[in-house]
Amino acid sequence: MAMLSFERKYRVRGGTLLGGDLFDFWMGPFYVGFFGVTTMFFALLGSAMIFYGAALGDTWNPWLINIQPPDVSYGLGLAPLTEGGIWQVVTICALGAFISWALREVEICRKLGMGYHVPFAFGMAIFAYATLVVFRPILMGAWGYGFPYGIMSHLDWVSAVGYSHIAFHYNPAHMIAITFFFTTTLALAMHGGLILSAANPGKGQLSKGAEHENSYFRDAIGYSVGSLGIHRLGLFLALNAGFWSAVCMIISGPAWTKGWPLWWEWWRQMPIWG
Amino acid sequence: MEYQNIFSRVQVSAGGEASVGPDDDWPRTGMFDSWLLGTFGDAQVGPFYLGWLALASLLSGFIAFEIIGLNMLAQVDWNPLEFVRQLFWLSLDPPTAEHGLGFAPLDEGGWWQLAGLFLTVSIILWWLRMYLRARVLGMGTHIAWAFASAIWLYLVLGFLRPLAMGDFSEAVPFGIFPHLDWTQNFSLKYGNLFYNPFHMLSIAFLYGSTLLFAMHGATILATDRFGAHKEVEQIFDRGTGAERGALFWRWTMGFNASIESIHRWALWFAILTTLTGGIGIILSGTVVDNWYLWAMEHGIAPNPNP
Repeated sequence: MAMLSFERKYRVRGGTLLGGDLFDFWMGPFYVGFFGVTTMFFALLGSAMIFYGAALGDTWNPWLINIQPPDVSYGLGLAPLTEGGIWQVVTICALGAFISWALREVEICRKLGMGYHVPFAFGMAIFAYATLVVFRPILMGAWGYGFPYGIMSHLDWVSAVGYSHIAFHYNPAHMIAITFFFTTTLALAMHGGLILSAANPGKGQLSKGAEHENSYFRDAIGYSVGSLGIHRLGLFLALNAGFWSAVCMIISGPAWTKGWPLWWEWWRQMPIWG
Repeated sequence: MEYQNIFSRVQVSAGGEASVGPDDDWPRTGMFDSWLLGTFGDAQVGPFYLGWLALASLLSGFIAFEIIGLNMLAQVDWNPLEFVRQLFWLSLDPPTAEHGLGFAPLDEGGWWQLAGLFLTVSIILWWLRMYLRARVLGMGTHIAWAFASAIWLYLVLGFLRPLAMGDFSEAVPFGIFPHLDWTQNFSLKYGNLFYNPFHMLSIAFLYGSTLLFAMHGATILATDRFGAHKEVEQIFDRGTGAERGALFWRWTMGFNASIESIHRWALWFAILTTLTGGIGIILSGTVVDNWYLWAMEHGIAPNPNP
């Protein structure tokens, strides 16, 4: 059994949301639970559909395998399997697997007496994904506006959507999202570096604690957010990166169809300039 | 909802906590509590440590800021209202190609060179300060090396790649929209940067960093009623908070980091974001002229005429 030295006492019964004791067991290190079963169902079916779609395509090159959404002419209806139906089934499976995974995390949190912060944060990522392949296509009236499933093809899609708005960098929500991504990475470097620098001060030196962590940041920038605060800050920044990414996409098309550089003309044309 | 932390929500104001470590060259000053900050993180602001390096760095940075701002102000005929109206669009451009790597006349990119020089001096002095404060406090220099990785990307964009290309016109302009335009044009010029494998890596590490901080921040907050935020203590003497956090991930995805190793993942993901990004930029136009053609040649972009 793949158990850590301290693990046995934590492997207790209960905390499940559905299924009672029926699925309340582990397989190796993995907790199963009712939602583990549904995760497996959706993940296996979705992967099988992707392989089926790849087999129908003309390449097995992993970079180039491409599962296209239906043509825009199908609107919000179902398409035949070979004409985008596979993409629709894969999308349903992906959402099923992601949501099952989040609920399985909730069960694990309950078992361990933890808060629900992790599944909540994962929920933000699911929300961003659903925005791209469900909410935005619904608002625009066709599943064809979802992104294709493929390593290079999804990059081509990002390029195409970006340039269809002339310069996507001018999208104000995109600016905010990028700023949050960069800031999260900066804060992560500073937090990871600070903990490691306190614990590993170099040969012949004693490890340091919170006093030195605070002193270093107060010396450096006049403020230390503290060992609890940095985790709140990190989660806040990361969640905002995901949230504003979703916002910048849902407004591109449904709310603004022109080039994003044009959007800023309201600023230059405000009456206050005289 | 239950309160999730071992801390009380009552804020105590007790005159603040002095910093440890010597401040012989420049005494630390000023310390106050902010109730607002205290609702989120530590309430204490300060004490502040300026020091010669920060003083020189801030001065140099201020000069760069002023050069950029005054050049922009000159471009709108010193009209302050027009300056605010056009601010996002205004640009201080690098010299044109014919000036090569030499000094350009001030109004033909020379101001850009001066601003870049002062900004670079400012950043490097700030790096020295981050490095030396860690040494003075008897801590590791991990943060300084992560900072160095960001400086690498900055130097590639504004100095090293122009050096390799033979003129400063290759560098990024100072300006809010102009630097975004530069980024897009750069991508188009070199056949779409999405096909650049180092750009792929850089984005993967950027998103990965965000994912890691969400996972780590959420894990610590979710186990904080067991004291999980005391991370250095947990590295040396693991408590039930760290154990539950580890088991959460083990049961979820079959694998877990330790309290120390998660910070190594974090530091490396962040460092690699700018490290790989800089590699991707410095190769563009010097080694690879068109990333789309490069990708086609190497079988990662579809070839319409195989």
